[in-house]
Amino acid sequence: MGYVSVQGGATAIENSRRLNRWQRLRGPSMPLSVQQIQDQLGPLVDRVMSEGALYSPFHAALALKQASGDPIEASFLLRAYRSTLHRMTDSLPIRTDRMRILRRISSAFKTIPGGQVLGSTSDYEQRILDFSLAEEPEAAREEAARDLASAGGEAAATMRPERFRKVVDLLREQGLVAPASAAPSAPGAAGREPTDITQHSAELPLDRSGRLQMLARAETGGVLALAYSSMRGYGSVHPTIAELRVGYVQVRIPHPFRPGQSVCVGALKVTEVEIVASVQRSEPEGKPTFTLGYGACFGHNEVKAISMAVLDRAMKSTTPGAPAEDQEFVLLHTDGIESSGFCSHFKLPHYVTFQADLDRLREMRGGEE
Amino acid sequence: MTPVEAGIAAGPAAPAGTERRMTLADALPKRGGFQYNFAFLAEGAKREVRRTLLKAVAIPGHQVPFASPELPIARGWGTGGLQVTMSLIGPHDVLKIIDQGCDGSVNAVNLRKLLVATTGVRTTFDSREATLLQSRHRLPEIPMSTGQIAVLQVPLPEPLRLVEPSEVETRRMHAEGDYARMWVSLYEDVVQNGSVSLSWGYPCRVNEHYIMSPSPIPRWDLPRLHMARHLTLLGAGREKRVYAVPPFTSVKPLEFDDVPFTVENFAGMACVRCGSTDTFLDEIYDENTGRSFRACSDTGYCDLVKAAQAGAAAVMDREAAGE
Amino acid sequence: MNDGMLLDVSGLGKRYGAGCPDCASTTGPDFSTNVCPKCGTVVALDALSFDLKQGEILGVVGESGSGKSTLIQCLYFDVAPSSGSVFMAGEAEGKDLLALPRAHQRRLRARRMGMVYQNPLRGLRMDITSGANVAEKLLEAGTFHFRRIRDRTAELLDGTEIPARYIDVPPRSLSGGMQQRIQIAKALANNPPLVLLDEVTSGLDVSVQARVLDLIRELQRDLGISMIVVSHDMGVIRLLADRTVVLKNGRVVERGLTDQILEDPRHPYSQLLVHSTL
Repeated sequence: MGYVSVQGGATAIENSRRLNRWQRLRGPSMPLSVQQIQDQLGPLVDRVMSEGALYSPFHAALALKQASGDPIEASFLLRAYRSTLHRMTDSLPIRTDRMRILRRISSAFKTIPGGQVLGSTSDYEQRILDFSLAEEPEAAREEAARDLASAGGEAAATMRPERFRKVVDLLREQGLVAPASAAPSAPGAAGREPTDITQHSAELPLDRSGRLQMLARAETGGVLALAYSSMRGYGSVHPTIAELRVGYVQVRIPHPFRPGQSVCVGALKVTEVEIVASVQRSEPEGKPTFTLGYGACFGHNEVKAISMAVLDRAMKSTTPGAPAEDQEFVLLHTDGIESSGFCSHFKLPHYVTFQADLDRLREMRGGEE
Repeated sequence: MTPVEAGIAAGPAAPAGTERRMTLADALPKRGGFQYNFAFLAEGAKREVRRTLLKAVAIPGHQVPFASPELPIARGWGTGGLQVTMSLIGPHDVLKIIDQGCDGSVNAVNLRKLLVATTGVRTTFDSREATLLQSRHRLPEIPMSTGQIAVLQVPLPEPLRLVEPSEVETRRMHAEGDYARMWVSLYEDVVQNGSVSLSWGYPCRVNEHYIMSPSPIPRWDLPRLHMARHLTLLGAGREKRVYAVPPFTSVKPLEFDDVPFTVENFAGMACVRCGSTDTFLDEIYDENTGRSFRACSDTGYCDLVKAAQAGAAAVMDREAAGE
Repeated sequence: MNDGMLLDVSGLGKRYGAGCPDCASTTGPDFSTNVCPKCGTVVALDALSFDLKQGEILGVVGESGSGKSTLIQCLYFDVAPSSGSVFMAGEAEGKDLLALPRAHQRRLRARRMGMVYQNPLRGLRMDITSGANVAEKLLEAGTFHFRRIRDRTAELLDGTEIPARYIDVPPRSLSGGMQQRIQIAKALANNPPLVLLDEVTSGLDVSVQARVLDLIRELQRDLGISMIVVSHDMGVIRLLADRTVVLKNGRVVERGLTDQILEDPRHPYSQLLVHSTL
């Protein structure tokens, strides 16, 4: 009459691992190559890098393969991997105004300095299921390349990093938006280091740099749901997208042995959104200005960046009422690794705590067994 | 210095004359050429946890925030306890890991695998031998002694969450000793139910000061925290908090003078395996017959009793353990 | 502090805003405003001083913006004043109560003060029973004996003429008058030497007002508690207060025996208040 035999647990785990592996590989198709995932599932890879808080398309693609495509599981793998890596240095702040643009739009004005660049987007495609993709021949790749080349090619689809003004700077110059980081105590202002939530324990209420960091690695569905609540009317941020940019930015670090100089160590693809929202006065006698919201994340993920910007604005509210305005509510419930982990933990044995509950209930019912 | 060497250098010093069971290089897995650091966590992360733990020990029962980086184990599955263990463990530690009191529980097995794979330390099922004992939801039946460290896994570190959802507000309540609402909720409980109906994770007053959640251990285990000889560390990875009960610290469950705290009632029951009538007993339903029976939740202890009954070499000495 | 004195308040001030050197000199009853014209700071109270004798009822009368509620909230540690000091006989080893750490202030007010708010939502928790509301005050003061709490709660409800069956009913199910009585019961729970009452009868029906005021008078007489009664209603002040201070725009404009102020108000504002009394 053995109950939990000591060996049983280990065997069950081992067999589960075997099952997992087989589930991932079963079927007549060839094992996926990591390269294929990296090349052909870009948005998914980008999402995993963003939620895994680690920029490396290869590792994200590998994690996706291992996780059989589950984005939260893959992000989890990346986050764990990150924890064992040695932190070498901090980069200089990235310059999104020097982005190599893949896409750049503004809803605020019909035309903007530097022009609107539609880029690669499904926004204006009709969502009709394309059955021809079920049997896509190898030649499709060459055919797509020729088709694009006839319209000017990939080079025409990207913009060189001309330093054209950001739309928000345009508004700022006219005093319609508050000057950037005016207060000396503002994080990011000269001399103030931003919070680093990965290295230090961050206590609520968090400053803006901490809030944005948490949002940057938050789960897309979670931030979308909360931002949506705000857009629909729980608290209300009715945003106008001043600018949405997708493209590559350089990552530069201080030169290891030439003081005062910096060196480029690579490039990141980022999505950045700046929204303009309601009007307020910062001082009672001051002139009213628009308020801003900012969102930025790894890879190409517009829904997340827009949602981040809306939540950034919502959390600035001085009289938080709706959930999206409550910092604690937003930041503590949108990390995918934490939320899915805790959700899953209810599958763990809870028989001792349940035994304690049974004991209490029986006692309250008058000591029946 | 490689991360592995740094890990060895940072760990506790080897007592003179002892030999290592195997080299760490043997124990670490090679995954596509990449080697994990000793005990997985990067050394900087371990240092931050240790500094935080020192602060926690200095202020018994006070929750101290820490960075809590992610681990290969899911949040909610013991990452807090794990980070504490990983930050303290050295090559000469002896490790015991239990879940619901059982070494063989699937999650305990999984955690043990990770720790052994990244450290190569010796493990044991005998709680008296362990230098580090990581547990989910139970304390061992044999009281732990001086030099042993209990690491408890905590899902929800904030005892005041029972009455207040906001973290900023509960922090203020602790800072100002404003525990009235907690007491009122217990009072209402007694008015409605005749006694406090909280079953596990019963709130306690530590060192006559902070109210603390002892983790979801049953009431049965609470007296074992009070004036204990061992150090208790509690880690909440997902919530990013650690707290501690130093040895010989008072830990008193919240109770009314005339409605005292009581433990679970196992009167008239005994463990079917070893016959113990003085342990926390699980209620188990036989797979085949469907009938229910009782057995010790602490399987390591149950094994020891069985072994003693079988006349084996293992000596049981509960008196020596300080009862 | 003199014998027979319970409370000594001096130089109490409260400002909302950045503040400037001219705030005090450009606001107050002579300017009929609380708002500093230079910097926009609201001077809710300025240089307020008074004392309270043991066993006396002090009236604080004024209209909206006079600062009377702010004063009470400062004394009860709900609001931190910008300046000033408060001493209470026999407490905190003679130290200024406003300078104590928050945890000490909490303990002090739990044991030695009672407060009845104008709006019961501020003084009671609607999601727990009336009995639990009173029990909270006892628990705050360190009483952890269940039976004793239960008995004392029943005793207090009886003393404030609340039907015993309401002990397990949440306040939100009861009338405004009942809610005020529960607040009074709670305020008296630990036999404090000082009870603060902020517009306790405003918003109640006239007949209910009269009964609540009678109750307060009776309890004060029986228990010898010192009280500070804040009201905009001179009728309430006349009924309860021995001495009175008249506030306007955050300053005292007149002080003295209630009877004297009613008979012969000196300051034009006091005259206005007295003559406006229905």
